[in-house]
Amino acid sequence: MKINKIIISFISAAVILLSTSVVSFAKVVGDKIVLGAAISLTGKYSSNGVHTQNGYNMAVDRINSMGGVKVGGKTYKFDIIYYDDESNPKRAAQLAERLISQDGVEFMLGPYSSGLTKAIAPVTEKYGVPMVEANGASRSLFTKGYKYLFAVLAPANLYLDVAIDLAVEKNNGKGVTVAMAFEQDAFSQDVRLGVLDAIKRTGSKKVIDDKLPKELNDMAATLVKVKQMKPDVLVVSGHTKGALTAIRQISEMKVDVPMLAMTHCDAAKLSKQHGKNSQYALCASQWHKTLTYKDDFFKDGMTYDADFTKEFGYAPPYQAAESSAALLVFKDAFERANSFDQKKVRDALAATNMQTFYGNIKFAEGGQNVDKPMVLFQVMCDDGGKCENKVVAPTKWASAKLIHPIPSWSQR
Amino acid sequence: MDFMVFQYPMISVQACLDGILLGILFALIAYGMALQWGVMNIINIAQGDLVILGGYIAYFMYLYGIHPAWGVIVSPIIMFFVGIAIYKLVINKVVDRDLFISILATFGISILFMQLMNFAFGADVVLANSDYGTTMLFNSNVVLPNSKIFSAFISILFAICLVIYMKKSKLGRAIRATAQNARAAKILGVDTEKVYAATFGINAALCGVAGALISITFTIHPYMGLPYTIRSFMIVIVAGLGNLPGVAMSGMGLGVFEEFADYILGTEFRIGSVFLLLVLILVYRRFKLSRKREYLK
Repeated sequence: MKINKIIISFISAAVILLSTSVVSFAKVVGDKIVLGAAISLTGKYSSNGVHTQNGYNMAVDRINSMGGVKVGGKTYKFDIIYYDDESNPKRAAQLAERLISQDGVEFMLGPYSSGLTKAIAPVTEKYGVPMVEANGASRSLFTKGYKYLFAVLAPANLYLDVAIDLAVEKNNGKGVTVAMAFEQDAFSQDVRLGVLDAIKRTGSKKVIDDKLPKELNDMAATLVKVKQMKPDVLVVSGHTKGALTAIRQISEMKVDVPMLAMTHCDAAKLSKQHGKNSQYALCASQWHKTLTYKDDFFKDGMTYDADFTKEFGYAPPYQAAESSAALLVFKDAFERANSFDQKKVRDALAATNMQTFYGNIKFAEGGQNVDKPMVLFQVMCDDGGKCENKVVAPTKWASAKLIHPIPSWSQR
Repeated sequence: MDFMVFQYPMISVQACLDGILLGILFALIAYGMALQWGVMNIINIAQGDLVILGGYIAYFMYLYGIHPAWGVIVSPIIMFFVGIAIYKLVINKVVDRDLFISILATFGISILFMQLMNFAFGADVVLANSDYGTTMLFNSNVVLPNSKIFSAFISILFAICLVIYMKKSKLGRAIRATAQNARAAKILGVDTEKVYAATFGINAALCGVAGALISITFTIHPYMGLPYTIRSFMIVIVAGLGNLPGVAMSGMGLGVFEEFADYILGTEFRIGSVFLLLVLILVYRRFKLSRKREYLK
């Protein structure tokens, strides 16, 4: 009897030891490749966090149902462990640590926003965990020499410089005057740097350079200055708050400006919340459904838009599209590496050169995607007040002609 | 630094008018705070969050096709009961306690409200469109959105109604009596418990009005409450308790100060300048008080 007991306890101890070690080591378990992600499901980024998660989930389902990932002659399926980072950078870094050291995750997907990606990147870098992120565009992410960070999106400094080029082109190649209003956060300030570069490059001149506070809900002062200085272009970037506040106050104060360029228009649901008042606004976007990029999984933008809308009940903002693209990149890299060795996967990621429905993807030394230009769309409304976003630049992708200059308020 | 505001006189006029209209709205929120601070000796950190909640009520009416201006009637009614519920659940347990405890309690309510609103309404920035148009003055050199004029007008209307109510009604007299001396009022038969509940309800209702107006003039977001708390705190500190003309004046003063700070220092220092002003005023008050004390010695 006694010996029996000893044997049983010995065996159970061994089983416990084994099971825990299995959990914390193999993050490619059976036929599953487990990825980890800290996502903002609550807190101030929760809406975009959910878009990100939906984008990831959509791609996981699609890839799994279409045969999964083939590595070493075996087929694997994707699975993702999510944690809620509460939109808090400190929490995000803790969760990344937990995903890697406790849950044993060996490959990560990015969180939402530049700020949170900045918090997580040092952790993944420390453990040598390859991370493909889709929602951190700040330039500073790509200048730190990170080796394991890859972003499928174009960096923030490229968001609005196209607009300045466009204005100069419309001005027969001569420089223009630019009024700028940017929020004081990493992302918007990077957008600002890009615009400043474009101003210098084109021989333009900045006439207003305002910084907007985080708690922004009144930019009347900036707009009064715009009325006084009459610039050729007004550039605004302050996340959804900035876009909504700008359109509200521009229409209320009847500010006439030939070109208005912004970021975050589709996240702010501009045409829905402001209707005709948002007409003619130019918006920078990472992706638009009418772009003609193609892949085997989602076919093209229009199909992605339709499938996503069917599954989640709303049209996909670009935050969802780029998140789906991140999974396609991972699949491609695993298959080329033909291994789950983190270093090999990392090298395969660095050598990525592919087209997805979201755009071409090719990473530069710093990890940013250099093969996908930003697009500019313009809000255009019909007489019934129904508004749509139409791509107007770059010319290669344009589905409508840019309306320039914006008609004055007295003529609308 | 940018002194454009002085180079173009019309910009100064614009800044003054914008500031005054904005200040009247701040004063309404501050008046609610002064009222319950005076009566119950509670500094309500959740003031701004009550404002935002009121804003969401107007926003949801707008979503369902009702003009958001009706929010200034519906929102205070709902918020009155929200206020009474908060009082019954939390505030009545801290009302006679140390000021510090009430600050902690209302701070907790503030965090809870932020998270609940975020959970219920989502983290998107929203607004309600009133389509009120614009008033142009001085040959179109000064533009005033009618929504701002509307908010100022409604704020004044509510403030006047409240003053009359406080003077004439039985409850109003009971509230004023409790503010002067709660114990004496109790001895003379005033049900102070009821007075406290009503006061907190009225404060929440005022926040409801202000919130509805803010959803029409600006934008609302679950985490945008704190700047409104700070502003009303600051106005009350300057004006003192139970001093409506003072609250109105210091509200407008703050509005104009903010606008000018915005033009001269830049928009990024707008809220910062309010904090700076608060510190300066507190230091000045302390300095004045200490001089008085010496004189008494």
